[in-house]
Amino acid sequence: MLQQSPQSLSKSDSNMRLLIIEDDRESADYLVKAFREVGHVADLAGDGEEGLALAESGDYDVLVVDRMLPKRDGLSVIGSLRDKGNRTPVLILSALGQVDDRIKGLRAGGDDYLPKPYAFAELLARVEVLSRRHGGPAEETSYRVGDLELDRLSHRVTRGSEELTLQPREFRLLEYLMKHAGQVVTRTMLLENVWDYHFDPQTNVIDVHISRLRSKIDKGFDRPLLHTIRGAGYMIRDGLR
Amino acid sequence: MTAFGKLIRTTAFRLTLVYLFLFGLFAASLVAYFAWTTRKLITDQITTTVDAEIAEINDIYGRRGLRGVVFTIENRALRPGANLYLVTTPAGQAVAGNVGALAPGVMSKLGWSETFYRRLDDQERSNHRALVHVTELSSGFRLLVGRDLEERRRLNKVVRSAAQWSVLIVVVLGLGGGVYAARRVLRRIDAMTGTTQRIMAGDLSGRLPVGRSGDELDRLAENLNAMLERIEALMSGMKEVSDNIAHDLKTPLTRLRNRAEEALAGASSETDYRVALERTIEESDGLIRTFNALLMIARAEAGYASGDMSDFDAAEIARDIHELYEPLAEDNALSLQVEAVAAPVRGNRELISQALANLVENAIKYGKPQSPADGDADAAAAIVRIEARRDGDQVLLSVTDHGIGIPEADRKHAIERFVRLEASRTLPGSGLGLSLASAVARLHGGELRLADADPGLRATLAIPARTGEGQASATTLEPAPA
Repeated sequence: MLQQSPQSLSKSDSNMRLLIIEDDRESADYLVKAFREVGHVADLAGDGEEGLALAESGDYDVLVVDRMLPKRDGLSVIGSLRDKGNRTPVLILSALGQVDDRIKGLRAGGDDYLPKPYAFAELLARVEVLSRRHGGPAEETSYRVGDLELDRLSHRVTRGSEELTLQPREFRLLEYLMKHAGQVVTRTMLLENVWDYHFDPQTNVIDVHISRLRSKIDKGFDRPLLHTIRGAGYMIRDGLR
Repeated sequence: MTAFGKLIRTTAFRLTLVYLFLFGLFAASLVAYFAWTTRKLITDQITTTVDAEIAEINDIYGRRGLRGVVFTIENRALRPGANLYLVTTPAGQAVAGNVGALAPGVMSKLGWSETFYRRLDDQERSNHRALVHVTELSSGFRLLVGRDLEERRRLNKVVRSAAQWSVLIVVVLGLGGGVYAARRVLRRIDAMTGTTQRIMAGDLSGRLPVGRSGDELDRLAENLNAMLERIEALMSGMKEVSDNIAHDLKTPLTRLRNRAEEALAGASSETDYRVALERTIEESDGLIRTFNALLMIARAEAGYASGDMSDFDAAEIARDIHELYEPLAEDNALSLQVEAVAAPVRGNRELISQALANLVENAIKYGKPQSPADGDADAAAAIVRIEARRDGDQVLLSVTDHGIGIPEADRKHAIERFVRLEASRTLPGSGLGLSLASAVARLHGGELRLADADPGLRATLAIPARTGEGQASATTLEPAPA
């Protein structure tokens, strides 16, 4: 079960070891520093060869790989790792942000794809989700956050003793949020994973869905579970940070 | 390169040389053949007359003996323009005839030969050539009958000089013609080169000169001009786009910079800084969105995204987009409705979804009814309808609102990049929504149509339906490709 106390949650997150393979020194240093500030350990490789060597030797939770690298292309680094049976989750960072580029990246063995320029909050949220998927438990048949429970088999959602009626899409939205309970989930992650769209809507279309969902699961209860994380996205958890 | 070097390097001039050589060869062989046949003719004539005379003299010899022969020869030798005659004893002594001197050894050889000779009455003492026939009369006397070859020589001379002159004329005329043709071509090519250099230097309005003869160079020039026309149109389109990009990216960039400067200069508290930074990030996010949309349009227009095509039902897209935007529409006091029937297409699902999403976002932004009428009419006007259906060989995905609409005169303009009509200046957006939808439609071989919904706007993505789908219900043999 994913229901955890806030203390244990933040501790498990702080143990994350990352490898950043990025040739632009400034943005790489920024990433290392930013990850360190939120409690993660990040190593740095400046080119494809070095990155591949480090990724093979070190025990990392997530690799963050730039696509265009000196000496060895990012996709070829990933392909080489996968060929050797290394299944460490990989997030590809790339200036090539179009649909077909993303598909190419994912086919090459990447687990997620983030076009540049990105918000650090977006990168952090995605890396944390990847890491959890890597080491975390297999897919559950039901999720529980506080007194909110979602049964994936019967499609029933209850909060306390009350049964909630959700539309199919609201159910999937909640399912995704609860699967990553305690983690920040960004708007684009929701659009990608719940709706399977990879474009960037110009309007606050996701926010409206969230507020509808919120009115169903939180309205009338004294403890809100679905939180808005400013500048990042949403998180479902029992209690505030 | 010198002008002469350029001239002799032209195709026209080189062709001229080749033809000149071939024609010279032809003329030379013609003259040679003529010379050879006339020479043979003359020789034949000489041998015939000489042989006839020898036979005659032999006859005289048979009838009247040597004395008769000598008498006849002395007689004949006196005639003007006579043949050559010589009769010698077995010892080689001349007995009769008009030959004064011969090349040595001519008389000892029987049969035909060519020789130098001098006539007895010749004062010039010059040598002439002759064709002679030596026969032996019985009793060892030898008879020579011959004919001067002066005639043949003169003919040869005529032929030779004719050949020389004709070759000279052929060469002079040929070279002259070649130079003329080459210079003519060269002048036109130089004119073309001049124009192309001007064009390369940046003056795209230049056009190649086109003559009136309709020859291959004119056709080439016409085609190149058509190409230049297209390039100029593309370039001016690009210039317009980059001007627009410059405007629409520079404006927010300037705002961004101003805000940062203002915060540096005037902010007094941490909250002020925070607000300024947050607005900076917001502004840069907007910039990134604009930039992404631009890239996407550029790629859709270049046909890049066409690699990722699949078969799907546009009705599903309509329903999905409806489902995604329905809450947002409701928040904006609009009712988003969908009406979708099977509409099979082959295309880029993601792009078509985005195009439809853009149309829906536009409808939500600009689709609010204008005049607050009484309740009933208002409810009908506050509807935004998404429709997906098949119309013949096309699939129509349309979004209809009853808002301000777009005046007919502005519709074509509205599809262009960055155009935000006056009425929409105050609302957020990159101004690229319709351009992207239009680029996506064109990528799929279709078009974006804007029509009046009276009041309001009906925007329709018309793209070709998946072929063969009409018969699919009748013939289920062919499985739909996955």
